[in-house]
This record gives sequence, structure tokens and C-alpha cells, in this order.
Amino acid sequence: MAEKGVAQLWRKIKAIYTIQGDHCTTCDTYYFPPRVVCPQCRRKGQLEKYTFKGLGKIHTFAIVRQAPDTFKRQIPYIVAQVELDEGARLTAQIVNCDIEDVHIDMRVRSCFRKITEYGESGIIIYGYKFEPTMKVTGHE
Amino acid sequence: MGKKVAIIGVGMSKFGELWDKSLAEISLEAGMYAIFDAQVRGKDIDGLIIGNMSAGRFTGQEHLGAQAADWGGLGNLPAYSVEAACASGGAAVRQAYMAILSGEHDIMLVLGTEKMSDVNQSMAMETISVASDWEWEGMFGATFPALYAFMARRHMMEYGTTEEQMSMVTVKNHKNAVHNPWAQFQRPVPLEVVMNSGLLADPIRVLHSSPISDGAAGLVMCSVERAKEFTDTPVYIESSRQAGDTLALHDRADICTMGAVVSSSRSALKETGLAIKDIDVFELHDSFTISEIIITEDIGIVKKGEGGKAIEEGLTEIDGKFPVNASGGLKARGHPIGATGVAQIVELALQLRGDAEKRQVDGVEKAMSVNIGGTGATSIVHILGR
Repeated sequence: MAEKGVAQLWRKIKAIYTIQGDHCTTCDTYYFPPRVVCPQCRRKGQLEKYTFKGLGKIHTFAIVRQAPDTFKRQIPYIVAQVELDEGARLTAQIVNCDIEDVHIDMRVRSCFRKITEYGESGIIIYGYKFEPTMKVTGHE
Repeated sequence: MGKKVAIIGVGMSKFGELWDKSLAEISLEAGMYAIFDAQVRGKDIDGLIIGNMSAGRFTGQEHLGAQAADWGGLGNLPAYSVEAACASGGAAVRQAYMAILSGEHDIMLVLGTEKMSDVNQSMAMETISVASDWEWEGMFGATFPALYAFMARRHMMEYGTTEEQMSMVTVKNHKNAVHNPWAQFQRPVPLEVVMNSGLLADPIRVLHSSPISDGAAGLVMCSVERAKEFTDTPVYIESSRQAGDTLALHDRADICTMGAVVSSSRSALKETGLAIKDIDVFELHDSFTISEIIITEDIGIVKKGEGGKAIEEGLTEIDGKFPVNASGGLKARGHPIGATGVAQIVELALQLRGDAEKRQVDGVEKAMSVNIGGTGATSIVHILGR
């Protein structure tokens, strides 16, 4: 038996460290998280690994003010649905942004952050969060 | 068309934080009241189905079917639980409906139960979020209220729904619960208090959210042919329909509508040959007040985007044209997750029998419940008649 969360995290490190999902060449749809089968084409689908560019915009968001212990240290924080430029949507925290400034359609880019940790001696989960794009980095 | 399966007995435990009672005790309480109400004998019952979401996480106990049958002295009958997150109760009713309709079972006891207050708030919040796509939503910090805040914020942007309208749903449901002896909150709450209550996940406040609750509800169901042996006032399930949607909210093109509610309610109305205006009373799943607004639109009481206006104009008040949640709903009756879907049917049965006392809606002939799981990944609709 693995320690709590170890195997569960380890097996999807590629997906959550690099935003790797799938592209179905049959229907030209991008999927995140990675799929076992294309839900539209099913057996006719052809899934290829695809690493998302990590750019998108905020579809909707919430300011979390009450959270379980695993996120208590971070409140208040912004969590959002980000619509990636390739079309897939995912749920992630928005960082480097004041809670007053976040808005729907805001352009964001991915960044690599600590998500949470399982208690004092538990494992630390890393993965994607998103931050506002900046002109200086050329991400618009 | 017409009567499919009969409900001959209903029972409830009190809903609330019941620190002095165990999961088995509240389940048995609801079950025994239902059996007394039906005037059947324990040995007449040939099957037991329990709706429950997460007893294993909330209390450490699973295998609830065996537990309830054993503690209830029901002998060696087939007994098991079914799970569909917050729609577990509705799923249990639907399982029994299908089992009786198929002829496999004769008289069944259906329970819905959840004991949520045995864990602390952090654990309760974590357990509730397993109803969503935990690995891809909850693990990234999206609490369950945050997911409904996602819907609320889009609904506000696209249709101009206001915080005040979301708060008015709370006021209405609390007002109704004053007359529900099983409700967790049998007291009114003023609009200003709702609008100034603490924020859970903007724009959703504590008083826009159903509470952490313990509670159980029970039904005795049997075939239409046998119903009159036991009671003069059976009520009948005329349709039981279920539909699904993506588990994760972010996979839906439009998060202001619950596709599973649209299709399951349309298909139930079609099966019964009824139109929405023919339904006299509704129990709709208001785990958050925005979901009552969205479901009001999705079942066709009003057009998409007009759910906020509907509450403002009093359309869904107990004396309105479409009374919604005369029981107080999940907001004020309480939301012991697995019990809710069964408690909705208990309320509608009482309304149809004319036994709902001070919260009775006049002349109820047809009634509808909508019980959803997660953020709408499961929707179970029942239409009942007399």
C-alpha cells in the first residue's frame, strides 16, 4: 500500500505538472484531463497526447473564504474555470492577482505552484495554477 | 401512462444536528414511522433499499442495508444501499420503483439517510466535495460552494440574476419550514440577515447554502394492485426518470443550465402526458439557492434566465402559481445528503394526501420532485399523483 495520496498523485504527474491532456484526431477536440476514450467518438476516436500551451481566459470564478484544512492557510483565494485557448476548460486557482481585480474573460497563463499538502508529514502536491498574463512576457 | 407504483406509508426522523442519535437510530426511526403509517407488518416487507452518499466517510460505517435490516428486526430480506451523491435518495426510490414494477419485489421499505455531524467541519466539507470530480475540481481548491458560485456568477452575468433574488429563495424556504415539524430550521429569516451573512465562496453566502444535517426519511412502496389492502389514501408514482451529465462542471458548454434536469423532467412529463402547468406542487433541489433558480428554469416553470424574476414575483411561493419547496427545501428542512431525495417524496405524498397541515397547498393532484447529484451530473425526477 502506498502512503496517502502518493500513488494517486504520482500516476498523474505529467498531467498536472505540464497540463498534458489528449487531442482526438478524429473529431479535432482537445481534452483535459487526459481521457481513456474520446467521449464523442468512442471507439472511432484517436487520442494523442497533447501538452497544452497554458494560455486561456477565465470563464467563471469564486473567492473561497471557507475551505477544508488542506486549503485553510490560503483563504481567501480565487478559484476559477479557465478556458484554455485550445478549447478545453479546467478548474484551478488564480494567483498573483488581487481578489478585487479578477474578472470573467481575464487572460491568464499557467504557472507551476504548490497546490496543498497532506498534513505536517504528508506529501506535497504541486501542479498548475494560473496568473494574469503580462505584456512583458509576450503572453497576450 | 397513469399509476405505476404505490406509496402506502411515509416516515421522517427529525432533521438537524442530532448529536444524541446514531446513523442506525435515525434510519430506524424514519423506517418505523413509515411502516406504522403503512400499517404493514415487518414480515410483509420483502426488500430494503437505502439511499446514502457517504456513511463510510461520515461515520466509518458502510453495509447499511444489512445494518438497518438487522437492527430493524426485518430478518434476512435483501437489503442494500445505492449511491448517486446528493441524488442517492432519489436513486433509492427509483430502485424500489423498478424492482416493484418488474414484479421481483412486492412490498419494499425505502430509506434515505445521512449522519453528517459526527465529523468536524473540515472533514464534512471534504466529504461533500467528493460529489464533484474530486481529482480535477476539489483537489485544486474548488470547494462545493465554489462550484455553485461558478454557476451563480455566470448566471448573474448572462441573465442579470441578483444576490437579492438568491437571498429571496432562502427567505421563502425558511418561511415555509416554520410549519414543517421535521425541519432543521423552523424559523423565518429576514432578507437583510441573508444578504449580510458570511461569505462561503463569493457570491455564495452561508445562508444561500443548505446546512450540514443529520436525518432520515422512509417510504413503504408496493404494487398499485395491493395498495388498497393497506390504506385508503395511497399515492402513486406516475413517472420516475433519470438522466446524467458530465461529472465535472468545467466540461459543460453552458453552466447556467443543468442538461440532466432538462432531459429527465421533459421525459417524465412526456411519460405522464402532463404539462408543467398541470403540476400543483414541487420539491426542487435547493442545495444552494442558485440551484433552485436554475431548476425552476430548466423544468420549464419559467424561461431560461427568468428564475430570479420568478422568485421576485412570488410565482414559487406556497400560495403562488407554482409552489416550490413547501417543506422548506434543502435550505431550511436540512440536507442530510442521502435522505433528501426520499424526504422530497415524503413531503409530496403528504401534500397529495392532504396531510401537510399548515403548509398544505390547496387541491394538489400532481406533484414533482427534482433531486440532483453533485453539480447536476445526476438528475432524478419523480411525478406523483393521487
